[in-house]
Amino acid sequence: MKNKKNILYAVIAVVIFAALFALVNLGVLSRQYQGLLVPIGVNVMLAVSLNLIVGFLGELSLGHAGFMSVGAYAGCLFTVHANLPVFVELPLAFIIGGAAAAVFGLIIGIPALRLKGDYLAIVTLGFGEIIRSVFNSLDILGGSGGLKGIDKSSNYIMAYVLAVITILVIANLINSRHGRAIKAIRDNVIAAESVGVNVVYYKILAFVLSAFFAGVAGVLYGHNLAILKPATFDFNKSIEILVMVVLGGMGNIPGSIIAAVILTVLPEAMRSLADYRMLFYAIALIVMMLFSSNPTLVAFRQRVFKKKAKEVK
Amino acid sequence: MKLKRVLALLTAGLMTVGFAGCSNGGSENGDGTESATFKIGGIGPLTGDAASYGTSVKNGAQIAVDEINAAGGANGMQLELIFEDDECDEEKSVNAYNTLMDQGIGALVGATTSGCSIAVSAVSEADGILQITPSGSAADCTKAANAFRICFTDPVQGQTMAQYIIDKGYKNAAIIYDNGDEYSKGIHDAFVAEFKELGGGIAADESFTSGDVDFNTQLTKIKSSGADCIFLPIYYSEVAKITDQGAALGIDLTYFGCDGWDGVIKQLNGDTTNINGATFLTPFVSTDTNEKVQNFVETYKTEYNAEPDQFAADGYDAVYAVKLALEQAGDTSNEALIAAMTQITVDGLTGEMTFNENGEPNKSAKFAVIENGAYTVVE
Amino acid sequence: MQSFITFIQQFINGLSLGSVYALMALGYTMVYGIAKMLNFAHGDIIMVGAYTVSVVCSVLGMSPAVAVAASVVVCTVLGVTIEKIAYKPLRSASPLAVLITAIGVSYFLQSVALLIFGSNAKKVQSVVSLSSIKIANIDLSGVALLIIGVTVLIMICLSLFINCTKVGKAMLAVSEDKGAAELMGINVNATISLTFAIGSALAAVAGVLFVSSYGYVDPYTGALPGIKAFVAAVLGGIGSIPGAMLGGIILGIIESLSKAYISTDLADAIVFGVLIVVLLVKPTGMLGKKKITKV
Repeated sequence: MKNKKNILYAVIAVVIFAALFALVNLGVLSRQYQGLLVPIGVNVMLAVSLNLIVGFLGELSLGHAGFMSVGAYAGCLFTVHANLPVFVELPLAFIIGGAAAAVFGLIIGIPALRLKGDYLAIVTLGFGEIIRSVFNSLDILGGSGGLKGIDKSSNYIMAYVLAVITILVIANLINSRHGRAIKAIRDNVIAAESVGVNVVYYKILAFVLSAFFAGVAGVLYGHNLAILKPATFDFNKSIEILVMVVLGGMGNIPGSIIAAVILTVLPEAMRSLADYRMLFYAIALIVMMLFSSNPTLVAFRQRVFKKKAKEVK
Repeated sequence: MKLKRVLALLTAGLMTVGFAGCSNGGSENGDGTESATFKIGGIGPLTGDAASYGTSVKNGAQIAVDEINAAGGANGMQLELIFEDDECDEEKSVNAYNTLMDQGIGALVGATTSGCSIAVSAVSEADGILQITPSGSAADCTKAANAFRICFTDPVQGQTMAQYIIDKGYKNAAIIYDNGDEYSKGIHDAFVAEFKELGGGIAADESFTSGDVDFNTQLTKIKSSGADCIFLPIYYSEVAKITDQGAALGIDLTYFGCDGWDGVIKQLNGDTTNINGATFLTPFVSTDTNEKVQNFVETYKTEYNAEPDQFAADGYDAVYAVKLALEQAGDTSNEALIAAMTQITVDGLTGEMTFNENGEPNKSAKFAVIENGAYTVVE
Repeated sequence: MQSFITFIQQFINGLSLGSVYALMALGYTMVYGIAKMLNFAHGDIIMVGAYTVSVVCSVLGMSPAVAVAASVVVCTVLGVTIEKIAYKPLRSASPLAVLITAIGVSYFLQSVALLIFGSNAKKVQSVVSLSSIKIANIDLSGVALLIIGVTVLIMICLSLFINCTKVGKAMLAVSEDKGAAELMGINVNATISLTFAIGSALAAVAGVLFVSSYGYVDPYTGALPGIKAFVAAVLGGIGSIPGAMLGGIILGIIESLSKAYISTDLADAIVFGVLIVVLLVKPTGMLGKKKITKV
């Protein structure tokens, strides 16, 4: 049963890739949308990895951009100084970036053992701001001017593969024994502890893994833009990722993916609105939230979809 | 188990494809299009914290385009400006650039800020399109072969001001700069190095973060530091806040600034009691008696109901540079336009300038002194 | 001696900055304590209050007193409207969903302000004209003293209101348990709306005093101080009214002293570092109530 599902997912992944490949190579996609493919990949990775903390572990993190920046700087600093061939350098950079971010995930995972809810959220927010402030004043990282001279060596295929790996790892984790332990902690810490779930271990595991993928996403981001500035990884960036997770539904991986795609494309698709773009974006955000979270509407939607599901059967 | 192995192989395979097949971007430029309009793309922040910079560039560039079109266009072609918002974010800036390329632009005026300009030129270099940043002042903005700029670079400004302040007889300077802003930090670093080189001392070296509104701490420190002047390498909106708060603390040292100061009098609602005698380096002041500048200021005021600043002037000049390059080249191909850039002389609002092979402008600096609610230009 | 005076001056700078944070934090803590939601748009309501003063004073040319009143009315109406449209439909949804909607509202207010007033900062004439007092070479700014006074006054009034009036007690009941409060005959929706009205009126006062003290307003004025104020509220123990005051003042003093004596570059890092340490030692903030979880 599980295997069948896996095969289905693998087929979906390949089909989507084939479709993308065709779209790009046949020149159907405009440059605007081609240019969005890597950012979409980055955002999917960020949203799915944050979902592990927010949706599955049930802790609010406002410092995801901090993990992303640690990874981005570590990985990009490596490629700037290493001068190895691209196919050796980049995979190494992804691993270095991910590992560096994972170390910070470990550091942040520790207060998470003691703090709850909004207090933890503030600590993660503080962590993100500390990172930004320190990076801003470190001259080896380029300071506020940013780290320059990064090769623009990423492409959409890489982004796609990395996003698929992220989704695979996290989805598999969630459906495993470990994942059930993490969800048990979310639903009731005390109950989970009393049946022998190692809360310390799983909380830290979730933070480390989530930070790792955020770090990898950061490396990809850096190699897509050729410049990294500390100002990019501010509080608003963390919020942007959180919006994707919440909009897609907490603890819902396909939801995160779809929300990441929509929220990356939407502001770009609204370019023709010119001055009113941000205004309409804000309205769209509020309306989407009302539609996705209002209990009456959610119940209505579930009724409709269940009906459909029954009809199919 | 088997499936996982298959997936692993599959991803590994895709990875190699990914790393191998990098360059598949077809580069079609607007060569063959012999249409009667030439599209100029513009990029800058129109929303977000830095919105005022992009808005000014956009408005200034639009005035230039309208003027040129009214006078018969460039090489018989009408110009069209398409301006996209980048929110001062590098990723959005590249998106904006791609959108502009979809619309078939033949030259780019942008991006407005340094980081965005660098990110865009990493893509535009492969396209080979002429890119002129009106106000990207970081050294790396003109690194790409296709990139030029209108404004001064940060180090040049810092060094020039250091020399000027020493020449005026000040020995012990205090500085407040924005350490989250590359422009401010660039000028600051060059200034400190040059000022010390020339025998001056730095009494207090203070910074703040973009978005801060309270400067009392930094000013209190300066007050007790024994400084004889204050150098503020920042934009006018912060200048106004700092000098207001400085006056409230009883500081009456002479201020010095950089080209971001233009617009400060308007910001202070014309009341310059706190900054009388302040001097800043600028290629453009809106009260310049030059006829060209006055016409521009008039048009800007009637069109946009605001006082033009440095950014507006840079945007205006960048469009004129494109126009002259078009006429010089007699062709719209990227190569011809870029080659023409080094041959033209732009007599712009920010002075008469030529460009060298590295994309740097060659123009003379002017100093503006603030006296009783107006700027006075000293050459 | 000179260095001592400088130290006192820096301390006072911190105090006046802190009182601005405290004033803003009161609004956050009030709404959070009762409606259990993080009103991210609070900073932007402050911005609206500041613009209202600017329009009424500079454009319409009316007196400062009218401007303050107008600002309070505009913000209160705005706050209640936002609550009705954007937050109320999500009353029973997850708190995070409301948080995201609040962010949407924040973007909305910023974009509207940008479209109406443009991106340039506007100079606003101060509605209070108090000269600064000088004691032994130390400048005490009049506006700063006023802000401290107003903040303390508001803190006392709010505490009295919540603990001693019937409506206030209803608010407390709602914050403890919405369901039980409803069973006791408390109109939960009306109570929460009232909370927003009070929170927004506080934002208006904060906006007025903010522009009086710093003199400028732009569409993003509320964003950064808003976050700092939120941090202050958490530092003091979110939901606690004296906590917001204490948190704000301490945050301001730490920020000012670390800028003065350690490094202006790292001031933000130090502020957040202290915050993290405090929370690790006392996980519910300085004056926050410790909740006992029953199994």
